[in-house]
Order: sequence, then structure tokens, then C-alpha cells
Amino acid sequence: MNQRSKILIVDDEPNILLSLEFLMKKEGYQVFIARDGEEAFEIIEKQFPDLVLLDIMMPKIDGYEVCSFIKSRPDLAAIKVVFMSAKSKDTDIQKGYSLGADLYVAKPFSTRELIMKVQDLLTINTPKSELLARQNNPQQQ
Amino acid sequence: MNSFWIVLAAVLYLAFLFGLANLAERRSLFKNSWVNNPYVYALSLAVYCTAWTFYGSVGHAVKNGADFLAVYVGPTMLIPLWWLVFRKIIRICKAERITNIADFVSARYGKDHALGIIVTVLCIFGLVPYISIQLKAIANSFRVLAGNDGSTSFLTDKAFYMAIILAIFTILFGARKLEATERHEGMVTVIAFESLIKLSAFLAVGIFVTYGIFDGFGDITQRAAAVEPLQKLFAIPQNQTGNWFWHCLLSGLAIMFLPRQFQLAVVENVNENHLKKAMWLFPLYLLVINIFVMPIALGGYLVFGNTIPADSYVLALPLHFGQKGLAILTYLGGFSAASGMIIVECTALTVMISNNLVMPFIVRRPNWEGWMGSSISEWVINLRRVSIVLLIGLAYLYYKIVSDRHSLVSVGLVSFAAVAQLAPVVIGGLFWKRPTREGATGGLLFGGAVWFYTLIIPLLVSAGYLPLSLLEKGLLGEAWLRPEALFGMTGLDSISHGLFWSLLVNILFYVYGSLFYSLSAQEQSQANLFVDIFQYSDSAKSSVAWKGKALLVDIKNLLHSFFGQSRADRLLDVFVKRNNINLKTTYADPRLVNYAEKLLGGAVGTTSARTLVASVAKEEKITVDEVIDILKTSQELKNLNRELQRKTDELERVGDELKRSNERLTHTDRMKDDFLSTVTHEIRTPLTSIRALSEIVYDYPDLKSDERQHFLGTVIKETERLSRLINQVLDLERYDSGLYVLQYDKFSPRELINEALVSLHQLARERQVSIRFNSQDYLPEIIADRDRLMQVLVNLLSNALKFTETEKGAVVLDAYYENDVIYFRITDNGQGVDIKFQELIFDKFYQAQNQTTRKPKGSGLGLAICRRIVELHGGQIWVNSKVGDGATFTFKIPINQLSSKIV
Repeated sequence: MNQRSKILIVDDEPNILLSLEFLMKKEGYQVFIARDGEEAFEIIEKQFPDLVLLDIMMPKIDGYEVCSFIKSRPDLAAIKVVFMSAKSKDTDIQKGYSLGADLYVAKPFSTRELIMKVQDLLTINTPKSELLARQNNPQQQ
Repeated sequence: MNSFWIVLAAVLYLAFLFGLANLAERRSLFKNSWVNNPYVYALSLAVYCTAWTFYGSVGHAVKNGADFLAVYVGPTMLIPLWWLVFRKIIRICKAERITNIADFVSARYGKDHALGIIVTVLCIFGLVPYISIQLKAIANSFRVLAGNDGSTSFLTDKAFYMAIILAIFTILFGARKLEATERHEGMVTVIAFESLIKLSAFLAVGIFVTYGIFDGFGDITQRAAAVEPLQKLFAIPQNQTGNWFWHCLLSGLAIMFLPRQFQLAVVENVNENHLKKAMWLFPLYLLVINIFVMPIALGGYLVFGNTIPADSYVLALPLHFGQKGLAILTYLGGFSAASGMIIVECTALTVMISNNLVMPFIVRRPNWEGWMGSSISEWVINLRRVSIVLLIGLAYLYYKIVSDRHSLVSVGLVSFAAVAQLAPVVIGGLFWKRPTREGATGGLLFGGAVWFYTLIIPLLVSAGYLPLSLLEKGLLGEAWLRPEALFGMTGLDSISHGLFWSLLVNILFYVYGSLFYSLSAQEQSQANLFVDIFQYSDSAKSSVAWKGKALLVDIKNLLHSFFGQSRADRLLDVFVKRNNINLKTTYADPRLVNYAEKLLGGAVGTTSARTLVASVAKEEKITVDEVIDILKTSQELKNLNRELQRKTDELERVGDELKRSNERLTHTDRMKDDFLSTVTHEIRTPLTSIRALSEIVYDYPDLKSDERQHFLGTVIKETERLSRLINQVLDLERYDSGLYVLQYDKFSPRELINEALVSLHQLARERQVSIRFNSQDYLPEIIADRDRLMQVLVNLLSNALKFTETEKGAVVLDAYYENDVIYFRITDNGQGVDIKFQELIFDKFYQAQNQTTRKPKGSGLGLAICRRIVELHGGQIWVNSKVGDGATFTFKIPINQLSSKIV
């Protein structure tokens, strides 16, 4: 159970949280959830997740702000950020990438693809040994 | 008093004036003009008050009482005309560079040379007597001061020497250099100054007589009333009102057309607006200078009786009482009055003489340039100097022969009557386009003849040059031809009689000639130019009717020979720059030719200028039709222009409207865009859940059954949410587009509320929020769309339930009735609505305005739909709230407005 990747899911839609939490746990990640930007900040500072699945339209603090907070802090900048948003205009997507996001996924998305992309992103920085271990036993946990 | 000192005083005074004139001219060079000032302008107009006023009024008053006032009342009454007449004349003269009244008349009637001659001759005939009385006044005052030496030979006559001195100064003031504008700032300054001197001198004498010799106005009149010859002065003669009228009219007209008044009011005018101030300052001056006339007249008679001429009372009174200083001041005042008149009148007359009697004949001669030599302007100036000497010489002779036997006023009035002959042709020419050259010529010639016959002949008879029988028996013994009683007309004094007949004949011939002769092209064009002057504000536009070719070099040479090379080039340069004229052409631009003609006209007169230009230009004869064509074209162009302007304005307005509606459209478009992107966003959100959850169920067949149940249940809920959303969007569109028709029904609002509460009972329980209902005892039945109102109520109540915290939440519904309106009020104790959103929350998807933080819950369409429904019912919905302190949503529905619809 050492070095399980931590994933934070941020969305104000309880049903999306419900499904993504289920999926990521199934994939063997350590999952945290937040219902808005404020909660997200707290968890990020405490848990230093490896990857954040981030909705954009949220009450109080939006996803863009959360992303730029992460990318502007040197100690957090390594955290991968994946936007998932129903905003699908080019300008929205560009804005997301320009804030330093690693990926922008338009809602509704295929859960299988999301899982694969999350895996890819986490592989780049993950030690090889662990990668191998995980491949051997994908359903660990 | 020693006559040497008196002459010296006069010469020193003149020398001082000359210095003043020089100073004024120098200041005008530095753009620091004294003359550009309405007060100086008004004072210079007071040149009207000559020795006639200064000495003659008193003399006249002794004989005729208040009659002397007529020549001041007349101008004052006609002064409102000045704004109409003078402003127009000034504008015309500025544009056409006209410098005297003869040129004005000649230019008006087709630049007709004969008319210029007639006016000039008439003015010389009319004004030489007038000038002569100034000489007489100076001589008399001299005699009074120095004591009569009894000599009559002109070699010992002081008046002769004074005439020479005045001629010299007139030349110095008025004929120094040739100017295209004929303006003399130095002269104007001097005249204004002299007006001040004569006014103060006269007032000083008046005050001295009234309060020094006598004891105020009352004292003088009391004493005078005791003297028999003076008693008649206090009564207004019964049959003299006719004379009064004619004298007023006479002086009112004369003041407008006297050459010296024309010179100062028109030619020397710097700014049209000065006229406004002069129109009240000038009558004021007349009033002030006349205050002491009666006291001096009565006082003088009381002191001297008939021992000396009444015309000399003004000077004799201070002298008699030993006031030598005051006497000298008075002498200088009278001298100012006389010399001012002589200087300006002679200057104006000599310009008329050289422009109309001499130059036209000279420039018409072949080879005139060779004959005259190189310095033409020098020649013209010398010509004017000679004319001044001649004029003053003539005046002196007239004084010796005629004026000496008559009072100042009687001679002056005869001159006025001559000038009044100009009134019909000038005023008619300003406002009427029809008058012809023939009419003007006829009017002036015959009017002038009648003037001569009725007013000059009697003077000549009385001087002994014609037999007395002419007056008594009439010409050729015909009684109806008696000069002082034409057609047997009696009852008017000779001036009124002469004026009546001369003006009548003048106007008759003028009107007849105008109606029965046709206009030439030139006359037509000038008539338009003069009458419509205010439409041609720019002088360059006035070259309407000039056709022909002139070599540029010829035009230049012409100007050089009159104004000198450098001045001419400067004048040309200004015009060329202002009008963008190309100087590189062989032939001169028509506008330039016109301008040159006007410049020359300023210097040598309209007719000479015309001849000069014609001598170098191959002018094509222009026909009336062509002039009319040109005028019509310019009129059409003007109309076209106006039409174009109107169109442009319209286009601009339409453009503005388009821009506004485009802005509106863009705004609507952006709203639509926002709406769409929000709708898609709102649809994608449940879709995301549905897809994710169903993929989970599909991909993980080994789910626990309760998990599967939960996921599938959620999918169903999200699907419901999706359909609800789509329905709401469609509803909203129907309300917005006006397609939705309310289904009216009569029902009790209380029942409606109960039903709504029942349907929300479940939700309230789930959220553990309490709902309370308060109501008035009586709520009337309401006519409305029951289902829609239910929708509003449920929406507002469920919002309230959702936005309050579980367990602590409390929702209160109030319903009350007031003035045919039912109020529904839903209050919660939730988080409240920020003031800045209180309007926006009723918009569809208000958070769409480029915001990324969203409204906490709900589709964002509910409140928008509520508002549509309430408004369809003719009601209103609003919210009162403070953040953290709950919110109160209120809507009101009128019950009356609908009653008519159901029945």
C-alpha cells in the first residue's frame, strides 16, 4: 500500500462526485473529495494529492482559481490538474491550459478514457518499480 | 481780443488735432486702434452737429422757439431705420469696396457713370452752401471775439485766411495717400475728439448763462415771459405742425445720406455692431447738446436784444461778462463744429469728384497712362487736393455772395433738402430689385431741378441776382410757377414746400422710370447683389456676372500703377491665399479680376475702375438671360445643396438608428448566446452523471446490489432533472414569445396554498424544515391561471426549503388582500440573496454573464419562469433580503383586472 497515488476530486455535483469517487477507488487510488474551491484548498494543503480532477463552475471559488493556486505554488506545482467541465468553448479550454492544466476533459466524458488518461499522467512521474507493481496487480486494494 | 492770438489759438488747436491724427494712424498700424470702438464711432457721427448746431440753433430759437429741435427729433425718430438701412449699406460697401454715396448709387444702378455724375453734382450744389455757413460761423465768431474791424476786402478778411488754413488741414487729414478702402483713422479720431470739445464747450456756456448770469432755468423763463417778442416762443403756433413734420423728415433723411455722415457711418465703420451702440449714444448726444439752447437764446435776447445777430449769442455772452477763457473755449468749440464738418465733407466730396467727375474721363482717353506719367496715385491725390481747395474756395464765394445775408439754419436746411433727394434711389435700391437706371436718373434729375427751383432760386433772388418778380409773379409770369408756391400751394414754409415738391417729383419719376424701362444684365446683377447682400456674405462670391478674359500681367500692372508694387502684391497675396487662386495662369481668374476692379473702385470710383478693367480685359457682352441663368444656377445649386444637406442629415439619423438597433441586436445576440451556452452547460451536467453512472453499472457487473440500486436510482433522478430542465426551457420560450395563453379559472387562493403545501410536505420533511402559513381571515376568490400560479408558489416554496439549513430552517408563507390585489409572501431564514443579485436572479441563467462561479443550486430558470407568469397576470415579483439573514420573496396578483376576461 505504499506510495498509492492520491487523487482529489472537486465538483459541486454530488452525483458526479459519487461516480468518480467510486471509479478512482476501483482503480486503486487514494481518493479525496471536495464540493467547492474552498474545501479543495484545504485538502490540497493537507494531503498534497498527485492529481486533481477539477470542475470549473462552482460556487464561491471556481476551478480556474484553484488551478492557478496550485500552479503558482512551487511546492504544489507538481500536482497534475485535470479540468472536467461542461464549458466546451475553445476559449474556455485555452484558458484552462494557459493556467497550467495538464488536461482538459469536456463533460460528459467516457469514464474509461478518463481513467486511462489519469493513469498516463500519473505514470510520468511515478517510480518505475511501483508502476510495474501496479501493472501486475491493478486491482490492488 | 487781438486777432493774432485768436488765429494762433485756432492754428495751435489744429496742429494739436493733426498730432492726434498721426498718433491714431500709428496706433492703427499696431492693431491698437482707437477707432475700433463703438464710443468713438458714435462720437464721430456727432459731426452732424456743425456750427449750425453750435451757433445756429440759438439764433433759430430766438426767432422760432422750439422749431430748432426738428432737425434733432427727425434723426432720433428715424434711428431705428439705421439698423435696416445702414447695416445693409455697410455690408454692401465693405463687399464692393464702395467709398462714397455717389459710387454707391452709380454701382447700384448697373455701375452707371451718368448717375455718379448727377449725384456728385447734386451734392456739390447742395453742400457748398452748407460748407459756406461753416466758414461764416468761423468768421462771425472771429469777428465777435476780435471786434468788428469793418473791413470787407478779402485781403483783410479773416474768414478768407481761415478758409485757407482749413483747406490745408483738410488736405492733411483727408487726402494724404491713396487707399483702396478710403478709411482715415486719424480723421475719425480727430472728429470724435472735436465732438467732445464742442459738446463740453456748449455745455459750459449753457451752464454759465443759466446759473452764472441768471438763476437757473426758472429765472430765465420768468424774465423772458415778461419780454413781449419772446412771449410767442412759448406758444406752439397752431398751423405749424405741417412744417414740423417736413423738417423732421428732412433731417431724418439727410442725416443718412449726407456725404460726411456716409463717410463716417459707413466707410469708416470698423464693425457693424458699433452701429447698435451708436443708435442710442448718438441721439443721447443730440439731446445733451440741445439742453441749453433755449436758456442761451432767451438769456441772450434778454442781455443783447436786437443789437447783435442771435447766431452769435453763444460766443457774445461769455465775452460780454468778461469770461475770456470761456470765450476762447467756446470759440474752439464752434471752430471744432465747423472744421470737423468741413474736413469730413470736403474729403467725402473730393473722393466723389475725383471718382465721378475726373477719373472716368481720364481713364477713358487712349494712352492715358503715358499722359499721366508713372505715379498715378500721386496724380489722383493731387487731383483731390485741388478739389478740396476748389470746394472751399467755392464755399467761400458762396458765403460772400449769399450766405452772409441769411441765418445759418436757413442755408443748412436748403442743403439738407438737396441731400434728401438721394433717399428714394438709395433706400429703394436697397430693398427693391425693380428700379432701373432710367428711374434713378429721372428721379434725381427732376427732383434736383425742383429743389433748385424752389429753394435756390429764392435765395438768388434775395441776393439780388434775379429779379424779384420771379418770386412774386412766377416764371414767365405764370403764377402757378412761383418758386415758393408751386401750383399755388401755400401754408408751408419754404423749406417744407420745396422738400414736398422735390421729393414728390423725384419719387414719381423714379417709380415711373423703374416700372416702364427694362433692366440691363448689369443692372440685374447689381440689383441682386445689393438687395440680397446678406446672402453673399463673402465678397468673392459676388462675381456672379463677369465673363471675359484678362491677362494676369495686365491686371497686376494696373494695380501696381495705382497702389505701388509692394502694396498691390500684398493685397493680391491675401486674396489669392484666401480663395486658392492659381497665379501661374496666363489669364487671370474671374474672381481676381473682380477683386482688382473693387480695389481700383475703392481708389478711383466704381465707373473708372470698370473702365480700367475693361481696358485690359476682353470682356464679352453678357446678356440678361445669361445673368438670370447664372443666378438661377446658383439658386438651384443652393437648393440642391440644401437638399443634399437634408439628405445627409437624414442618412446620419438613419445611420445612428441602425447603429443603435445593431447594438440592440448584438446585445440580444449575446444574451441568446449566453442563454444557449448556459442551457448546454445545464444539460451536460446531469448527462455527465448519467453517463458515468451507467458506464459504471455496465463495466462493473459485480457491483453490490444496493450500490447498483443507488446508482441506477441516481441515473433516473438525473434523467428527470434533465427532462424538467428541457420543459422549463421550452416553457420560458413560450412565455417569452407570447405564445402561451393563460387558462383563466375562478378559485380560492387559500385552497391553492393548501394544495401547494401538501405537495411540498414530503420535501419539507426530508429537509427537516418547518413550513408555516399565515393568512387574513378573508381572501377573495381570484381569477387566474390556477396551474401556473401553483407552479410559482411551489417553485418559490421549494427554493425556500432548499436554501435553508436542514433542521434549523423555517419557511413562512403569508397571504393577504389589499386594494384588489392579493399578496403572497414567502420568507425563509436561509443564506439570503446578495443585493447585487436581487434583480439578476429573475433573469434566465443570470450567472451566465461570463461568470464561472455559479448560483448555488437550482437550474436558474425557476425564478425567471415565475416572473414571466406573474407578469402575464399583470402582477409583480420581487425579493427583499440581506446576506445571512434569509430572504423574502413577494408576488402580487390583481384580482380585478382579470374579471373582465372571464365573463
